[in-house]
Amino acid sequence: MSSMDDYQPLRGADHAPGDEPARGREVAEGVLGYLIGLALAILLTAVSFFIAGTFLVWRPSIPIALVVLAIAQIGVHLVFFLHITTGPDNVNNVLALAFGVLIVFLILVGSLWIMYNLNGNMTPMNM
Amino acid sequence: MTAFQAGAGYGDGRPEEARGPAAAVFDHADPASKRIIVGYGFWIFLLSDIVMFSAFFATYAVLVQETAGGPSGRDLFNLHNVAIETGCLLLSSFTCGLAAIGSRAHNGLMYYGGMAATCVLGLGFLGIEIHEFAGMIAQGAGPTRSAFLSAFFTLVGCHGLHVTLGILWLLTMVAQVFAKGYRADILRRVLCFALFWHTLDIIWVAIFTVVYLLGAGA
Repeated sequence: MSSMDDYQPLRGADHAPGDEPARGREVAEGVLGYLIGLALAILLTAVSFFIAGTFLVWRPSIPIALVVLAIAQIGVHLVFFLHITTGPDNVNNVLALAFGVLIVFLILVGSLWIMYNLNGNMTPMNM
Repeated sequence: MTAFQAGAGYGDGRPEEARGPAAAVFDHADPASKRIIVGYGFWIFLLSDIVMFSAFFATYAVLVQETAGGPSGRDLFNLHNVAIETGCLLLSSFTCGLAAIGSRAHNGLMYYGGMAATCVLGLGFLGIEIHEFAGMIAQGAGPTRSAFLSAFFTLVGCHGLHVTLGILWLLTMVAQVFAKGYRADILRRVLCFALFWHTLDIIWVAIFTVVYLLGAGA
């Protein structure tokens, strides 16, 4: 297999995660995609760091806002850096990602839920 | 030529546009290129790595209050350093993307320049992190101090270990392209390295939000 065959996506073939969208993408266009991603990521990061220490917003809302901003930034990274899209050539990648997110969700929520309950049922030690 | 005839072989090498619209609809029997298979397999590995990190995150979230009378995140974390670390990793993700484009375009300046910048930024991140860890251990807030600190060092240390391995991999890829050129098999490894590096940045987004910002501020 010559080195160029490896990139030319075969007809109807899938899209490797991390690869630029196929065919005819100029270098400048690829750089622009990464630049947009970088700008969005920096913006979201800056907002996160800003509201973490600010008194301008209602304090109890800050943790939720931080989590939402983090999820948005992870989305930006997935789209602009890892090139995960909703296109038909990306179905396999998205399905694998969805399964991964499901497992992550189960582990996080399950652990926190169970441990919270166990904590609530513990005999108080320092009464 | 009908779509069936076109699909009988493994493609006749003509571009899709030359084959008529029917071919594009029915003709998807071609085996995927090795680059797609390798990338997909590595993507599955990365997702399993993320699942492993989620277990560390769950552990951390469960133990974050258990400071055993020792220092909490509010006492220990320096958000100024964390912001610099975050900037290093974000920029390195960008330069890593440039290197990936350079490798596909066989552009030595972009590839080697991008990889060099990624390496320097990654080392900067590691330097700050090691400095932070050493400072915490020096003031008696090492991983043995409390359950909170054990979970903290496991989670953040595991990410730091990934960055360290990533830098070793980066140097390997620079050496391989230098010695063997932009060969298809080498470029598949560069693709996997870029995926790995971008994923480290995603995990860092979760770490700086959950551990540092939620721990120090809110």
